[in-house]
Amino acid sequence: MSLLEVRQLSVRFPVRRGLFGGVRAWLRAVDRVDLEIQTGETVGLVGESGCGKSTLGRAILRLIEPADGQIIWKDTDITTLSGRELRQWRRQAQIIFQDPINSLDPRQTVGDAIGEALDVHKLAPNRRERQNRIAALMESVGLDPSRASDYPHEFSGGQRQRIGIARALAVQPDLIVCDEPVSALDVSIQAQIVNLLLDLQKTRGIAYLFIAHDLALVEHISRRVLVMYLGRIVESADAAELLHQPLHPYTQALISAVPVLDPDSRRKRIILGGEVPSPINPPPGCAFHPRCPWAEPKCKSIAPVLREVKKGHKAACHLITADNSTPGNPTATNT
Amino acid sequence: MVPAEPTGQHKERVLPGAPSRPGAASPLLDIKNLTIEFGSFNPPARAIEGVCLTVHHGETVCLVGESGSGKSVTALSIARLLSSPPARYVEGEIWLDGHEILGLPETELRRLRGRVVSYVFQEPSASLNPVRTIGSQILEALKLHQPSLATKEEVVRLLAMVGIPSPETRADDYPHQMSGGMQQRAAIAMAIAARPKLLVADEPTTALDVTVQAQILDLMRELQGEFGMAILLITHNLGIVREIANRVAVIYAGQIVETAPCAELLRQPRHPYTAALIRAVPELGRRANRLHAIPGQVPSSFDRPEGCRFHPRCEFARPECQKNSPLLIPAGLGHWTRCPWHDQLPLAPLSPDSKA
Repeated sequence: MSLLEVRQLSVRFPVRRGLFGGVRAWLRAVDRVDLEIQTGETVGLVGESGCGKSTLGRAILRLIEPADGQIIWKDTDITTLSGRELRQWRRQAQIIFQDPINSLDPRQTVGDAIGEALDVHKLAPNRRERQNRIAALMESVGLDPSRASDYPHEFSGGQRQRIGIARALAVQPDLIVCDEPVSALDVSIQAQIVNLLLDLQKTRGIAYLFIAHDLALVEHISRRVLVMYLGRIVESADAAELLHQPLHPYTQALISAVPVLDPDSRRKRIILGGEVPSPINPPPGCAFHPRCPWAEPKCKSIAPVLREVKKGHKAACHLITADNSTPGNPTATNT
Repeated sequence: MVPAEPTGQHKERVLPGAPSRPGAASPLLDIKNLTIEFGSFNPPARAIEGVCLTVHHGETVCLVGESGSGKSVTALSIARLLSSPPARYVEGEIWLDGHEILGLPETELRRLRGRVVSYVFQEPSASLNPVRTIGSQILEALKLHQPSLATKEEVVRLLAMVGIPSPETRADDYPHQMSGGMQQRAAIAMAIAARPKLLVADEPTTALDVTVQAQILDLMRELQGEFGMAILLITHNLGIVREIANRVAVIYAGQIVETAPCAELLRQPRHPYTAALIRAVPELGRRANRLHAIPGQVPSSFDRPEGCRFHPRCEFARPECQKNSPLLIPAGLGHWTRCPWHDQLPLAPLSPDSKA
């Protein structure tokens, strides 16, 4: 039994003519995505801005209503839960956001921000218990409990992200969706937060859906990685497999675009032309074909399906040959 | 052992990074011992202190630091873009192409801006005027700095040069009609309109996606090859440094702590902060259970620690580090560090297995 299973999930947003106008078009932010997360594991989700990764993260928590598809939580379909049932389920799955400044109420003390989660789910029977829980939570994320009555602006960026994590932990969730949790932080602080997340996972067995654009970071902490482009998953595999044997040209380009520190590395870079097309009017066929260095005529008309190329490794590309190679597989030049 | 004493390391000393070859051309940009304070607090917030930085003609120098380290203040001071007050230039000199910027009247300064030094900033949407077309904004830059070239043709040529497709039509676009990457290209077109000798790029790719970041770095390299302009790139991303820099200066809590040629700095850092920063970056294929975090936080400009400013976070800190403020000392050819113990510390950041 998976902790979470998402089947053919789609999210569409209406594009309207003016404020009260009719719907002009539908933007497919997430398009028929399958996803599975096991208890205590980290699944990484990478993609560029606008690819739908945050929308997907929110849709599986029912923060955005999916248009199609199913969300199965521990064998229970939660796609249609509402009211009290939905609220109760939310105890089990939480989210932390990129910007720890905007995700905290500036007029609420940190203790109350964390305590609010306890109040909503009635997890603290009395005032003293509430305070003890808040102190314990702050301690578990490396914050000084005596600062519970301070306001968010009195904390640094890294500390604010710790507050966000403490708030998510308050309800003892089984899953936390981490939406770019460290991209707004300095490098030295990023590592602290990532380590904190890893420690919490080890002690509490929490599963993460780790959404980021930094492939190196995602690869570092995830067991499996999904690559998203224009609302669709284009490749998914175990982290090491994805890094060393990327099959989709987009994944290959993403990997090669990650700057490497080692001055002796002689890695070949693939620099993609163009930018992510608009999801309102996606290109026909394979959505990646206008930027793909190896696009063939059929890529322009037929959309490739995500298929299992080898065990545990799925990719959506017409160019993958029978021996599982693609024209741009950079592994030969990677070492 | 006693940490290096101030051995006449004041304004006269050989400046870090500047090769003291006799007869060597004077650098394009030479910041000497610059100290800038802000506000009327007591004590005032000291954004940078004793910063020395040189950029030679055609060279790419990266200034690396975390938020609040003073890297943007340093960058903005070059064309005196910090309004004063609240900023106060307490000490130091900025020599740019033979002019001392801090003593220059505003009218003369205006002639240098755009023509000698120009800027590209992090957020292209914030540096472009939202109610005017891209073309008219570039034309304005030309009118101000290069009136003889202020034509529609030149605008189109500049847009083509920075890789904007169908430049004739895109010149009439408003910024919101362009993507972030295209906006940044337009901002670069505007910055290079008057062929500056020095392009200061303050985190030019931080707001962009990785694939677009690679394009913009490529573009900057190309333009440099074409015009031979020098680039001072401000960044927090060491990966970018590796891609583009000839020389690197690392700034921490308002002080330059290390400066060296790029490959040498990454291969053999000589300051614990640089070494820790390099190790903190997750690298593709360098899987480990935990990342190497630097404990603590960057000190704010109000309460900077006594002695070595990095000592509260330094894994090698000794009692002496709390008292003595270290000076920049040579650690090799063109390599300077602010750590007196550098040659006794195991600072090699890249483990052999990472070179697989």
